[in-house]
Amino acid sequence: MPAFIIRRFLQAIVVMLVVALVAFSLFQYVGDPVQLMMGQFATPDDRIRLTHELGLDRPFYVQFYHFVVNAVHGQFGVSLRIGKPVSVLLAQRIPATLELSICAALLALAVGIPAGVYTGLRPNSWLARAILSLSLLGVSLPTFLIGILLILVFAVKLGWLPAFGRGDVVPLGWWTTGLLTRSGLASLILPTITLGLFQLTLIMRLVRSEMLEVLRTDYIKFARARGLTDRAINFGHALKNTLVPVITITGLQLGSIIAFSIITEQVFQWPGMGLLFIQAVSYVDIPVMSAYLCLIALVFVTINLIVDLLYYVVDPRLRIDRPGAAPR
Amino acid sequence: MANRLTAALRHSWDSDVAWSFRHSPYAIAAAVAFLLCVGSAVFAPWIAPHNPFDLAQLDLSNSLKPPAWLDGGDAAFPLGTDDQGRDILSTILFGARISLLVGICSVLFSMALGVSLGLLAGYLGGKTDAFIMRVADVQLSFPAILIALLIDGVARALLPGAHDSMAFYVLVLSIGVSGWVQYARTVRGSTLVEKGKEYVQAARLFGIHPLAIMGRHVLPNVLGPVLVIATIHIATAIITEATLSFLGVGVPPTEPSLGTLIRVGNDFLFSGEWWVTLFPGVALVVMVLAINLLGDWLRDALNPRLRT
Repeated sequence: MPAFIIRRFLQAIVVMLVVALVAFSLFQYVGDPVQLMMGQFATPDDRIRLTHELGLDRPFYVQFYHFVVNAVHGQFGVSLRIGKPVSVLLAQRIPATLELSICAALLALAVGIPAGVYTGLRPNSWLARAILSLSLLGVSLPTFLIGILLILVFAVKLGWLPAFGRGDVVPLGWWTTGLLTRSGLASLILPTITLGLFQLTLIMRLVRSEMLEVLRTDYIKFARARGLTDRAINFGHALKNTLVPVITITGLQLGSIIAFSIITEQVFQWPGMGLLFIQAVSYVDIPVMSAYLCLIALVFVTINLIVDLLYYVVDPRLRIDRPGAAPR
Repeated sequence: MANRLTAALRHSWDSDVAWSFRHSPYAIAAAVAFLLCVGSAVFAPWIAPHNPFDLAQLDLSNSLKPPAWLDGGDAAFPLGTDDQGRDILSTILFGARISLLVGICSVLFSMALGVSLGLLAGYLGGKTDAFIMRVADVQLSFPAILIALLIDGVARALLPGAHDSMAFYVLVLSIGVSGWVQYARTVRGSTLVEKGKEYVQAARLFGIHPLAIMGRHVLPNVLGPVLVIATIHIATAIITEATLSFLGVGVPPTEPSLGTLIRVGNDFLFSGEWWVTLFPGVALVVMVLAINLLGDWLRDALNPRLRT
C-alpha cells in the first residue's frame, strides 16, 4: 500500500516537473529581457552587469531550479500585456472559472443521472430513443457552436438572458461571486448549459450502459424473485451499484470541465482564467501562458492522484493487481 | 504488402459488412451526406458560385446581404454574404475543404505516430514499452484540446513572425500529437497477441530484421481496429480544428476553415446578421454528424468479426 502511494506521488511530481520544464523553456525562446530592459543606449558593460544581476548567465539547470522554486511560491513574473503580476491576475480570475465549472458539473449530474436511469430502465420507449438521438447530436455539436446558438436564440432573438460577461459580482474577501445578484445568476445560465451539455451526455450514456449491465446480473433477478418493489430494485440495488464509475468519471471530468471552460469563456467573454489564457496565447504573453499551464497541470495531477487513491480504497482487487497502468 | 492490403480490404468489405450497410438507413444516409461533403469540398473551386478569395470579384456594396429567400436577399448569393461581400455558400465550400484537409492530415499523422509507437511498445516490450505507455498514460489524463492548444502556443512562441504561413502545419502537428495515444494502446494490445503466434516466430527464426517483422507481418494484422478508430477520430479532429480556429489560434482568416468562418461571423451575431455564423456552423455539424454515424455503424458492423 505505501509503495503504491509513494510511486503514484513520485509520478505526479515527475509530470509536474516536465510541465514546468515546458513552461520554463517557453521563456528561453522569446525575446531577450536584457535588451528589453536596457534600451538602445546601454554599454556592453551595463549589459553584462544586468545579465549577471538577473541571473541569466548562470547554467540552465540553476535557472530552472530558481524557476521551480518561484513557481512553487506562486511567482511567475509580470504579464507582458497587462503589466501586473501573473499571480494577482490569476487569483482575480479563479472565482469566475470555478463558479462556472462547478455549476456546469452540478447541471450535468442533476440531469445526466436521471436521464441515464430512465433510458436504462426503459431502453425501448420512444422517449429514451429520442433522448439517445439527441445525445448523439450533442456529441457532434462542438461546445462553441452550442454557445453561439444559445446566444442567438436566448440573447439576440428573445432577449431573455445576457450574452456576455458575469453580471454584477459581490466580493467575499478575496473571492468574488456572481451567485448573489440577479444579473449574476442570469449571466450564469447560458455559459453553464454550454459547458455542461457535453458532460451531461457523457454521464447519461455512462449511467445508461451501467444500468443495462447491472439489470442483467443475478442479484437483480434474485431481488425480483423476492418480490421487492420496482422502486427498491431500481434505485436501492441497481442505481447504487452504477454510482462508483459515475463518481470516478465525474471526478476525472472536473478537470476537463475547467480546461474546456477556455472555449465557453471565449464565447461568452466570461472573465475567467481560460479567457486570460487564450488572450495570452494570441499575444504570446509568456508569463501568463506558463503560469496557466502549471496551474492547470497541477489541477489535473491532483485530481488524477485523488481518483487513483480512491480506486485503491474502493476496489480491493487493485491492491493485488498491477499497480502500473492508470485505471481507465 | 500491396497484395496483403488489398486482400485485407476485400476481406473486411466482404458480404457481411455490405449486408449490414444495405440494411442500415442511418449508415446509408450518413454515407450520402459524407460523400456530398467530401465531394463539394474537393470540387469547391469548380462548383462554388463565386471565388471568395479573388479580390477582383469582391464588391463591398454586396456586403452583409441576407439569404436569398429573405427581404433584400440576392439570388446570386443563396446563403447571403459576409462583411466583405463574400458569398457565404462559396466560403463554406472552401472552408469545408480546409477543415477536411486538416482533419484527415492530422488523423493520418496521429495514426502513423500512434501505430509505430504501439508496434514498438508491443513488440519490443521491456523498458521501451514501459516508457511509451507511461507517456501515453500521462497524456491521456489531459484533454486533447488542451494538448493541442499547448503545442500551438509553443509553436507560436517559437515562430513569432512566420506563424500564419505555417499555421496549417502547426495545426496538423498539434492535433496529430494530441491524438496518438488511442492508436498506440490499441495497436500495442493486438501486437502483444500477434507476437506470440507462429508466423512471427517463424519470421524471427528466418533472421528477419525486427523492424521488417513489425512492418510487414505484424502491421497488416493489427490494422483492422485502427481503421475504425480513425474514422471516428476524423470527426474529433475536425471539431478540434474548428475549436482552435474559433479560439483564434488556428488557420488565419485569409484562408478560413469552417471554425474561422464561425469566429468571424460571431462578431455579427448581435447586429442581427445571423447567417454569417449559422450556415458554416450547420455545415460543420452535418459533416461531423455524418462521420460519427458512419464510424458508429462501422464499429458495430465489424465488431462480431473482431471478437472471433
